[in-house]
Amino acid sequence: MSRELLAVENLVKRYGENTVLDKISFRVQEGETLVIIGPSGCGKSTLLRCINALEPIQGGRILLDGQEISRDAKSLPKLRQRIGMVFQNYELFPHLNALDNITLAPIKVQKRKRAEVVEEAMSLLERVGLKDRAYDFPRQLSGGQKQRIAIVRALCMRPEALLFDEVTASLDPEMVREVLDVLLALAEQGRTMLIVTHEMQFARAVADRVLFLDGGKIVEEAAPDAFFDAPQSERARKFLRTFTFETVKHQKIGGYSK
Amino acid sequence: MDRQVILSYLPLYRDAAWLTLRLGCMGIAFSLLIGLACAAARYRKTPILSALAAAYIEVSRNTPLLIQLFFLYYGLPKIGIRTNAAACGVAGLAFLGGGYMAEAFRSGLEAIPLSQKESALSLGMTEFQALWHVVLPQALSVSVPPLMANVVFLLKETSVFSAVSLMDLMFTAKDLIGLYYSTTESLFLLVAFYLLILLPVSVAGSLLERRLRYAGFGV
Ligand SMILES: Nc1ncnc2c1ncn2[C@@H]1O[C@H](COP(=O)(O)OP(=O)(O)OP(=O)(O)O)[C@@H](O)[C@H]1O
Ligand SMILES: [Mg+2]
Repeated sequence: MSRELLAVENLVKRYGENTVLDKISFRVQEGETLVIIGPSGCGKSTLLRCINALEPIQGGRILLDGQEISRDAKSLPKLRQRIGMVFQNYELFPHLNALDNITLAPIKVQKRKRAEVVEEAMSLLERVGLKDRAYDFPRQLSGGQKQRIAIVRALCMRPEALLFDEVTASLDPEMVREVLDVLLALAEQGRTMLIVTHEMQFARAVADRVLFLDGGKIVEEAAPDAFFDAPQSERARKFLRTFTFETVKHQKIGGYSK
Repeated sequence: MDRQVILSYLPLYRDAAWLTLRLGCMGIAFSLLIGLACAAARYRKTPILSALAAAYIEVSRNTPLLIQLFFLYYGLPKIGIRTNAAACGVAGLAFLGGGYMAEAFRSGLEAIPLSQKESALSLGMTEFQALWHVVLPQALSVSVPPLMANVVFLLKETSVFSAVSLMDLMFTAKDLIGLYYSTTESLFLLVAFYLLILLPVSVAGSLLERRLRYAGFGV
């Protein structure tokens, strides 16, 4: 029996008059990979930011393992330690080298022994193929390398759940794969993950379940094959069609330019 | 210019320079602490502290040091608080400098994108840890030029100390001119000693700036 790790109940998020998330509810089991997709501006980033309490919410609640994540809670830093987050633009700390980026929070926040943290960081770096980059500064690394460092930084806190917000959206195409491979490996290890992405093939491969978000609501919630092969709602069908249309267009242009 | 006169004045100027430097450094050290505290309060938007800091910054930057010193030196004893000239000098300089330093720190803090703080928070840091370990170190590279400019400015401001009869460089020069009419020698030494204090600070400042610029924190 898997255990419920995260519960979002009737979450309401407004920016002024604009209701971005309108009574959203869903649950995430331990070890599950949930992929969230939807058109640009539908509130995917906002949802992840609410789960990490980076945004105040106007209604509902978010529970991690039964404990409410609230911006007023004294225990907020403790709860955040249990949720890792990886951002679209890496957000590495530019004044620290890769290793210090990774070990800063485990040492200063979790008060773990430096030697032990460095060892763990190095073995994680090895797993993403960046052991020889440990002493490089962010400005010396490519986008794909920076993003893999950012993932290792989140992992080194030993979080119970991981949030990924379009982590390949700022990358050159040839670097997308190296980052997505890391995510696939994490899913295989049975990590609990919430992934926002525009990479549809990847979404299908990695997801245990897909949430389709539009107009502030969860329009569809389904297993990946069911969602991609036979979307139930017109909005999901329209959304998925935009991706196939792009493909056709690209092929044509490729043909002409030859 | 009489070399004999200059030589005989040297010990007086040396003592005065030492006093200027000592009180100046103490005042500057306190002004850095006050400035950092105010900038942090404003950055974190701590409810009451932030407003107090804003008010203090305006007052300190918009009143002349001379007035602040008079207030401390002649005003406080009237309400029964005993003061001495050196303490007043340091306090006055710290009060004036705190406002300027706060603005210098603030310009640095504001230059760092909010997403850096959020990234630190998402790793479980407290607001203070995020400021201390992530935002402030980056902000310093932006703040160093204005901070160094403030240090030079405050060292120059110490010339007002003579007004509360501290025997600083200015006081010594005025005194000697008054006593012996040795205007040329006295002023020459005054300029020379100020340069002696300020030039090394200025040079150190530009070196520090260069190093920070080449450290180039670009993302
Ligand atoms: N700080 C903010 N203030 C006001 N409105 C905001 C703010 N942040 C986001 N919004 C609005 O909230 C809505 C959802 O934004 P969000 O960034 O969550 O969308 P998204 O689904 O992540 O889009 P994308 O796929 O382009 O990243 C948008 O309409 C946006 O304009
Ligand atoms: Mg987004």
